[in-house]
Amino acid sequence: MASAAVSLGARLIGQKASKVAVRGVVTSAQNSNAQVKQEKTSFGNLKDSDRIFTNLYGRHDYRLKGAMARGDWHKTKEIILKGSDWILGELKTSGLRGRGGAGFPSGMKWGFMNKPFDGRPKYLVVNADEGEPGTCKDREIMRHDPHKLIEGCLIGGVAMGARAAYIYIRGEFYNEACILQEAINEAYKAGYLGKDCLGTGYNFDVFVHRGAGAYICGEETALIESLEGKQGKPRLKPPFPADIGLFGCPTTVTNVETVAVAPTICRRGGDWFASFGRERNRGTKLFCISGQVNNPCTVEEEMSVPLKDLIERHCGGVIGGWDNLLAIIPGGSSVPLMPKNVCDTVLMDFDALVAAQSGLGTAAVIVMNKQTDIVKCIARLSLFYKHESCGQCTPCREGCNWLNKMMWRFVDGKAKPSEIDMMWELSKQIEGHTICALGDAAAWPVQGLIRHFRPELERRMAEFHKQVLAEQGAKQISQ
Amino acid sequence: MHRVGGQLVRGVKAQQKRSLSAALPPKKVEVFIDGKSLLVDPGMTILQACALVGVDIPRFCYHDRLSIAGNCRMCLVEVEKSVKPVASCAMPVMNGMKVKTNSDFVRKAREGVMEFMLNNHPLDCPICDQGGECDLQDQAVAFGSDRGRLQSRYDGKRALEDKNIGPLVKTVMTRCIQCTRCVRFANEVAAFPDFGTTGRGQDLQIGTYVEKFFASELSGNIIDICPVGALTSKQYAFTARPWETRKTESVDVMDGTGSNIVLSHRTGELLRVIPKINDDINEEWIGDQSRFAVDGLKVQRLLTPMIRGPDGQLKPASWEEALFTVAAKLRETPAEQKAAVAGGLNDVESLVALKDLFNRFNSENVMTEEEFPETSGGSDLRSNYVFNDGIASVESADAILLVGTNPRFEAPTLNARIRKSFLYSDVQIGVIGAETELTYEYDYLGASAKAIDDILAGKGDFAKTLNSANTPLIIVGAQALKGEAGAALLGKLQQLADKLGNGKQVKVLNVLQRWAGQAGAQDVGYKAGTSSIRKTPIKFLYLLGADEGKVTKANLDPSAFVVYQGHHGDAGAEMADVILPGSAYTEKEGTYVNTEGRSQRAYPAVSPPGDARVDWKIIRAVSEVAGKALPYNDLKEIRQRLNEIAPHLLRYRDLEPSPFVKQALQLAQTSGSIDVDVSPALRELSDYYQTNVISRNSRSMAQAKKAAIENKSNPYAEEPIHARL
Repeated sequence: MASAAVSLGARLIGQKASKVAVRGVVTSAQNSNAQVKQEKTSFGNLKDSDRIFTNLYGRHDYRLKGAMARGDWHKTKEIILKGSDWILGELKTSGLRGRGGAGFPSGMKWGFMNKPFDGRPKYLVVNADEGEPGTCKDREIMRHDPHKLIEGCLIGGVAMGARAAYIYIRGEFYNEACILQEAINEAYKAGYLGKDCLGTGYNFDVFVHRGAGAYICGEETALIESLEGKQGKPRLKPPFPADIGLFGCPTTVTNVETVAVAPTICRRGGDWFASFGRERNRGTKLFCISGQVNNPCTVEEEMSVPLKDLIERHCGGVIGGWDNLLAIIPGGSSVPLMPKNVCDTVLMDFDALVAAQSGLGTAAVIVMNKQTDIVKCIARLSLFYKHESCGQCTPCREGCNWLNKMMWRFVDGKAKPSEIDMMWELSKQIEGHTICALGDAAAWPVQGLIRHFRPELERRMAEFHKQVLAEQGAKQISQ
Repeated sequence: MHRVGGQLVRGVKAQQKRSLSAALPPKKVEVFIDGKSLLVDPGMTILQACALVGVDIPRFCYHDRLSIAGNCRMCLVEVEKSVKPVASCAMPVMNGMKVKTNSDFVRKAREGVMEFMLNNHPLDCPICDQGGECDLQDQAVAFGSDRGRLQSRYDGKRALEDKNIGPLVKTVMTRCIQCTRCVRFANEVAAFPDFGTTGRGQDLQIGTYVEKFFASELSGNIIDICPVGALTSKQYAFTARPWETRKTESVDVMDGTGSNIVLSHRTGELLRVIPKINDDINEEWIGDQSRFAVDGLKVQRLLTPMIRGPDGQLKPASWEEALFTVAAKLRETPAEQKAAVAGGLNDVESLVALKDLFNRFNSENVMTEEEFPETSGGSDLRSNYVFNDGIASVESADAILLVGTNPRFEAPTLNARIRKSFLYSDVQIGVIGAETELTYEYDYLGASAKAIDDILAGKGDFAKTLNSANTPLIIVGAQALKGEAGAALLGKLQQLADKLGNGKQVKVLNVLQRWAGQAGAQDVGYKAGTSSIRKTPIKFLYLLGADEGKVTKANLDPSAFVVYQGHHGDAGAEMADVILPGSAYTEKEGTYVNTEGRSQRAYPAVSPPGDARVDWKIIRAVSEVAGKALPYNDLKEIRQRLNEIAPHLLRYRDLEPSPFVKQALQLAQTSGSIDVDVSPALRELSDYYQTNVISRNSRSMAQAKKAAIENKSNPYAEEPIHARL
């Protein structure tokens, strides 16, 4: 869900972030005696030594011993003792942007919590409610590398001065929650969590809270509401969670992947992380490729990897070959799809995908080849959003339902071509008018379909009317 | 019953800001609304700022007295430098903010929202009771399209089954636009958490989860706050359109607070009662009794004078016969054998006229049914019997002690304020009396009034809270103040109030009267309580709307002659020898003094039924026939007389402070045991509905009472026992 707030917000954020990033470049340039750093021009083919998630496929032990063998909890105490400012500094240098979908610069976001203590405890909430259709990256982290997440919680907690972390895990992830809890118990036992973590004098607790399977609970404020024991319905912003969040206290809600990469960034340095990907789109990222590819998988790759490379290299290509490709949804169900001609060249990062009128979202790549009923696919997504709308605010409650009903008529072509324009307008009436981004998320897939597949919609309508006319004619003749 | 729900956090934050800004001089921020520059307090929302310059923002979910939901999206405005339209009800103003409320961008956004709003709305305005006063209807005129785009042939509309939430509120759930005003009202004001939303998205429904009675004394208010016709009044269903009715602003008499109301009437028929905003008294709410009991004014009325014949039967008579009979008895009975008893619903005019009449016949024997001690200066010192600090003071109190009262049922709107205070501040509440279900948490200090001794001695946690409070309040129910023990209790409370209030802005001691006419009667010199009747044999008794059965035939001389003047055939009329049909509060212009001592004017909406007459005029007629005509012929002249007796009675709406608190303390009787049970009479919801002669005769109140009793015995009945009405 968090991935939903991609385009509009991201554009804004992008502007802000560019200023920050530019400043970062200027300072580093001064440090290296006015030598302009050479930007990379090709991306992808990440080396194994540069992978953060070294147990992504669960071939090794997920427990503490195995995790330590892979380098987790190494020098964590030293990192903690370096203090909040150092950690935030490394994060800012790394250029890490939130991995939940909106892509907000993490260093800045975590820095919002660094306000003077006003008597209220601060909380880190980890959003493990991975509900975005097509996305399966956080699950892999939690079941195969839980200690990365827990260590990340501790380091993130130190960075923002949080008293505790709540991991809100999707209810369907039963096994993952068990493994995570087991890992937390190990960490407590080893003295890494609880009172005086790692002997640093810092007190920090980690709790796991299982959700009940609502997509909307992946929206940060709805997640907080749900965590508080109420109906998971997004809150109005402002006030933002950094001011009034969980139980009325300052809170930061962060995606699992963002938290889990933080320890490695701190260990290997922000500059190392920033050496991947394009400007403003730094680092490595977990991509989840599903749909009509020969080998659907979750893989860690460099940011800005070309979409075609990603699919050809890791997934064995599209079923029926690249030329059999119809469209790709690059960032989870809530971003608009891209037709093949865009997919040929597009790079998988925030800016390139926004430029292609889509978004990186959670980097859940959904591939559809020419054997797919594209209209039905999008109608199914509309049904999903209709089902998951919380019903709080009018445009989303009424609009998702309306879009869903129309989309299913479009599947059969049982509509007039003028309704395509009407649907476009309706989706625009939903987009940007709601409390949270679910309304936008419901509108974008439909918009993407209309933008790129209008002829297909019109063809179906024409066919349907021809058939109706033929039937009527047959009736008249038989009468 | 949590103090602050998540929804309310915002409110608390706002209050923190407010209290912060109270310490520092508030720094105003400048905003531009449609180009107009405006300086407003920080923390204000855009919608509130717009209201200051007279720009009305359309809204459905936003309500001044409820927490902000921000879910209807109708109040969208354009804010410069924001890509998206902004919900003005929830967005706080920021310095230099430029707001446009009427641009094309805004119009388009609102039109879009309106289209969605109407998408699943049944558009059954012709058969909807809200028609003519419906927010959706009004705003659809401004922002709606002249045709819908929904292909209802294929896509259909949503429809829901109606829910039965009791005999007072009718639901047509298909019309609901899910603004959740009613849910927020139920949870925040009425403290009825059983009302909420189920389901998500299109399936979101408002209701009581399992079908049950909306068990709240304030339930009727959800009818007013519902912006569409989803919640309407069962009593008023299919009765009238708002443009056909005339509205009379008046005062309610169902409890001592004197809530402000609007009476809707058409062609001489009273149709309904709705609240009128008065921030000093009832804010925007009224209790269900005030709203629904008016159907009791149409039954069991006394329409013509009656005289009891030799066969013991009451027979209709002419006014002339009745007046002459009364006057003759009045003249021939010696002064010391005469008495008048006034009930609790009388206006001050008729009370003054009756007292003047008795004074003319050398009798001071006028009293009220409701009792009050005569010590501590009794009725002579006004601070003894009124709500000295005013109802609004509840909101600034930091400790409240309730003695012998259940404000939830004795004064529902006052109780709503205590709850508000409880939710948004750190007020501590203590209760002496019955351990009833109030709408806030409290420290229970026992049923016996002797707990006050402990507080005076500083024993117990609550005593410490009370002693350290800056603005402590004691609210004592008038009912607890009766007899010997009541006198001692009043004395003790005065001592306590003196101790707590020393050097503070508050008077601390507040009496909550149960009757709308009581404070007025005591103001004009009525004795409180009927004990004197039992001392000397009374041969001539004049009952003015006295229906609570405090005086019976057995208390009088066997040959006593009883006159009853009032509007309902109830306990008083039953024992009367002559009945003079009077008028109810909706039928006469009169002055009422509420429990604060605030004088308010009621206006007639309809004329008295049948041969009934305005009460003070009947008494004036009796006086003339009896040969000692009272010197006032019209309302102006009798109000002149009111002015002679007590000038504050004509200072309408003002709260006249009552001095002489210290003197009352000096006169206080502090000896005597106060070890008495001060549990109030109204403890359960079912006790609330029928407390006076009007509501006892109300069909809807009887149904509500029945529903409340059944709800108590089995709140989760699969098939609600109270049948659909």
